[in-house]
Amino acid sequence: MSELAITVIGRDRPGIVADVAEVLARLGANLTDSTMTRLRGHFAMTLICVGPAVAEAEAALAPLAADGQLLATVRAVVPDAEQTSNGAPYVLAVHGADRMGIVAAMTRVLAEAGGNVTDLSTRLAGALYVVLAEVELPPDVAEQVTARLAATAAELGVEVTLRPADPDLL
Amino acid sequence: MNREERAGLGDWTLDVLGPPGQVRPVVSAPAPVLSRAGGEVDPTAEQTVRLAADLVATMRVAPGCVGLAAPQIGVGARVFAVDVTGHPKTGIGHGAFVLCNAVVVEASRWKAGREGCMSVPDLTGDVKRAGHLVVEGALPGTGATVRLVTDAFEARALQHEIDHCAGLLFLDRVAGAHAVYQRKVYL
Repeated sequence: MSELAITVIGRDRPGIVADVAEVLARLGANLTDSTMTRLRGHFAMTLICVGPAVAEAEAALAPLAADGQLLATVRAVVPDAEQTSNGAPYVLAVHGADRMGIVAAMTRVLAEAGGNVTDLSTRLAGALYVVLAEVELPPDVAEQVTARLAATAAELGVEVTLRPADPDLL
Repeated sequence: MNREERAGLGDWTLDVLGPPGQVRPVVSAPAPVLSRAGGEVDPTAEQTVRLAADLVATMRVAPGCVGLAAPQIGVGARVFAVDVTGHPKTGIGHGAFVLCNAVVVEASRWKAGREGCMSVPDLTGDVKRAGHLVVEGALPGTGATVRLVTDAFEARALQHEIDHCAGLLFLDRVAGAHAVYQRKVYL
């Protein structure tokens, strides 16, 4: 059983998810993890599915892309082993005036501390730029990372907060 | 806990339940029992008292477990056990207790928080819960009706367990499409 990574992006319209999901369901492709979101009027789908071969999935998605409004890519990926982590979850929030390099600078600070970004989204709304990320940090680095993020944010003229996102287990 | 807090339970203690219950296997979603509203119980029935004791015993052996509802051990009944004693986020705490047929009668001071559940072991989610809560229910064994006023972590735990008894998981209440997270497997 092959695992496929599929991306679909195109001008947003009602029915993209239904169209793509229907094609995949007919192929017997089982969606596993996915994110689908609207990015400045483009609808972007990134998904992993299990079942068909690459060529079958490409052929099935081709008619949807035929009018040039949607771009679909399919590639085979190697199924990942059980994911483990030696880190604790944190939420990073950055906001401020838009300028070049905010994501690059802030995520470099995380990477240098061994932090792993597991989810990140950015929004530009007028002049305001917002970055939100879920990050796993190794033990005992949060304080140091917080200080480095603050210094980097000050250079960029943006605001930053890093807070623990430990769940309450009920 | 102070006397005023204990007052909500009267003189009820776990001793009312008699000998220790059995540790039962905890069921995980998508088990259908987790998504069906539990039935009302007779709090004085022997069967209910045994169920209450089993919930306490099972809660006790699970590391970090602060609450367990009957559907989580496969029983579709409105009974749950809670004990948030010693948790850093606990404000008012009533110690270890079991409630039957509990309902929320007042809820305010809503606050978002990330929570996880033994029956959904691989995911967590951001859920709004009331930080001030008044709950009414019956105590197993005596059948006495009690009214508990609580806050903070105990309030969150009670809402989570009352939801289980109504066939709801935290997944039914998450804040949005981006509010469910893969729970990390710690090394």
